[in-house]
Amino acid sequence: MSRASIRFASIATILMLVLSSCLGEDGQDGGASAGDGATAATGPIRIWYSNNPEEVAWGEAVVAAWNADHPDEEVTAEEIPAGESSEEVIGASITAGNTPCLIFNTAPAAVPQFQQAGGLVALDDFSDGASYIQERTGDRAEQYKFTDGKFYQMPWKTNPVMIFYNKEVFRTAGLDPENPPLSTYDEFLSTAETLVAEGGVEAAIWPSPDAQFFQPWFDFYPLFAAQSGGQQLVEDGEPQFNNEAGLAVANFWRSLYDQGLTPNEAYNGDSFADQQAAMAIVGPWAIAVYGDAVDWGAVPVPTQDGMDASEVHTFSDEKSSAMYTACENRGTAWEFLKFATSEESDGQLLELTGQMPMRADVVASFPDYFEANPEYEAFADQASRTVEVPIVPNSIEMWQTFRTAYSESVIFGTTPIEEAFNAAADEIRTLVSGS
Amino acid sequence: MAVAAPPGGRMRRLLGRDPIGYAFVAPYAIFLVALFGYPLALSVYISFFDFFFAAPGAQVARPFVGLDNFAEILGDPVFQRAILNVAEFIVINVPLTVVLSLVLAAALNARLPFRVFFRTSYYIPYVTASVAVIGVWLWFFSRGGLLNDTLGPLAPDPSWLVNEFWAMPIIALVVTWKQLGFYVLLYLAALQNIPKELYEAAEVDGAGPIRRFMAITVPGVRPATTLVVILATIIGANLFTEPYLLTGGGGPNGASMSPVLLMYREGIEQGHAGYAAAMGVILAFAVMTISAINRFVLERE
Repeated sequence: MSRASIRFASIATILMLVLSSCLGEDGQDGGASAGDGATAATGPIRIWYSNNPEEVAWGEAVVAAWNADHPDEEVTAEEIPAGESSEEVIGASITAGNTPCLIFNTAPAAVPQFQQAGGLVALDDFSDGASYIQERTGDRAEQYKFTDGKFYQMPWKTNPVMIFYNKEVFRTAGLDPENPPLSTYDEFLSTAETLVAEGGVEAAIWPSPDAQFFQPWFDFYPLFAAQSGGQQLVEDGEPQFNNEAGLAVANFWRSLYDQGLTPNEAYNGDSFADQQAAMAIVGPWAIAVYGDAVDWGAVPVPTQDGMDASEVHTFSDEKSSAMYTACENRGTAWEFLKFATSEESDGQLLELTGQMPMRADVVASFPDYFEANPEYEAFADQASRTVEVPIVPNSIEMWQTFRTAYSESVIFGTTPIEEAFNAAADEIRTLVSGS
Repeated sequence: MAVAAPPGGRMRRLLGRDPIGYAFVAPYAIFLVALFGYPLALSVYISFFDFFFAAPGAQVARPFVGLDNFAEILGDPVFQRAILNVAEFIVINVPLTVVLSLVLAAALNARLPFRVFFRTSYYIPYVTASVAVIGVWLWFFSRGGLLNDTLGPLAPDPSWLVNEFWAMPIIALVVTWKQLGFYVLLYLAALQNIPKELYEAAEVDGAGPIRRFMAITVPGVRPATTLVVILATIIGANLFTEPYLLTGGGGPNGASMSPVLLMYREGIEQGHAGYAAAMGVILAFAVMTISAINRFVLERE
């Protein structure tokens, strides 16, 4: 090394040390972590909501209504900043200590990680916290408790997934579009065969075969929820997917992949909208998206021997709202959270977005809406039987482990299903125990 | 014989003859230290802990684990696979990049009609967003895509992007195509430095175009070749976007998983920052070693 470069290196090192000590200090006292008295504190708060136009419209309406009555506790609402995913943005914001008080777009699967990072306020800290959630959501609220028995999220809205199908394709294939034979696995498979042979479509149904951790929520998990009568992937620390129900679902999908009725290659676009697939697994948001372009119908996901529609469970595709520890005026935040999940605000949400509030009985709560929009009623009925992702430690890693096993055994068929599932179950048992 | 120190010697010895120079390099030096030096040092630090990112002031346990992260990673079959994948990628991508960009640069350097048009065409993929470009390649390589339509019965089964053998070579090919414009530009600049007289003398001596290319052009651009090899290796080792989007998250069955994609999955998605940081350290060390070897081999006279 020349003398000049030694000089440069020493100056650079000094600069780096100075800088790291500045950043270190900033990092320590930059966050406003409120003390115990914070649950009562009131004053202005900041919130984030999702950035799709429908939810923005809802957010603006609710915030305006609140601010009109609460001049001293003003709510400032912003769209969640753009990023690879909302979870990444929220995670970074927790680390930086600048989360808003409430985020109306918190994925349940990410809650354990946010909790571990010290980013979330347990809503049980408020005297009426747990009771409010249980009263509003009913029995399903239990699924949203973390393993320590606390609510770090308020179940907010669900997009219960169903099988959406293209009636035109069914007609072309000579199938009855009003009563499609899609209830049992055998019916579904033979219908799928007919659709691909006669319906002029590339695939019967085309869920993404990609390897990301969240993909099972739109292929395996809804059918598993149905087949198992409402079980979660893991219950009381014990993996459930390698049981009889899980294996039946996996074998069903394997048959679809094996017979080429479901391609193992991703579709570059929206296969249902492009009429390349006759069916899709979607929530009620799809009505607004495909409503006019496709002559559609919706049925519950299939089960091995068929089940009455009123008994079929499915994946919730739920989003929660949660309170973050950087929040100082938690008293106001809690009051606003209740205001935003009141029957009136929930009704507005349904009206503006078509998404189902996590209320015990959505259909009975908003009879006028469902009378005017009967196409949403099947989804609303389904919304009362949703299954959530397990709120357990290492939840993302758990899903990734499952997805990897599912990919190799079901999508690509390179490993026997039972072997892959048992191996994944062993790994997942350790992961969710938190060790 | 001792030489007397010039007046103000100590200060001058520390700061050099033109201290004002430091003022000129300071903005970039600070930028480098703040945005590269500090994070690099921090990630080395993090890699020795069972670390995850937490809220400021949160009471969380982040125990020191010494070399445990490194030991675990080196024994992790997914990471081993990712390293092999990226090695395969580099073995295909780097030589292909060097050969194609040099040949294209030499062609563009000759008196060619529509030269400007071709120069721009080669450069466009480089400046286009990967996400947009990948859409086109997805369509080209997919099961019912243009390539398979053309090949007919010769198309591989399973198709290219879901074929464990083909996924990585396809990615290497796409990345080569995408980066080529940049390397062509580097070579074009290097070609300007080769004296025309050399070609004329060789021609007088009876050397044909291939002989002239091999005997004058190739050795003449050797410093540029070193740069191209090192840059292509570094960029290749940081492969992320293509396996993330083109093969659906490193598929099929991890056949196109790359170390950086794995770091993203472990560190960002799953919150194992310590583990991911250790991977980054291993990767950075490996890339530096390979670059040093490249430089040594290519620059020796």
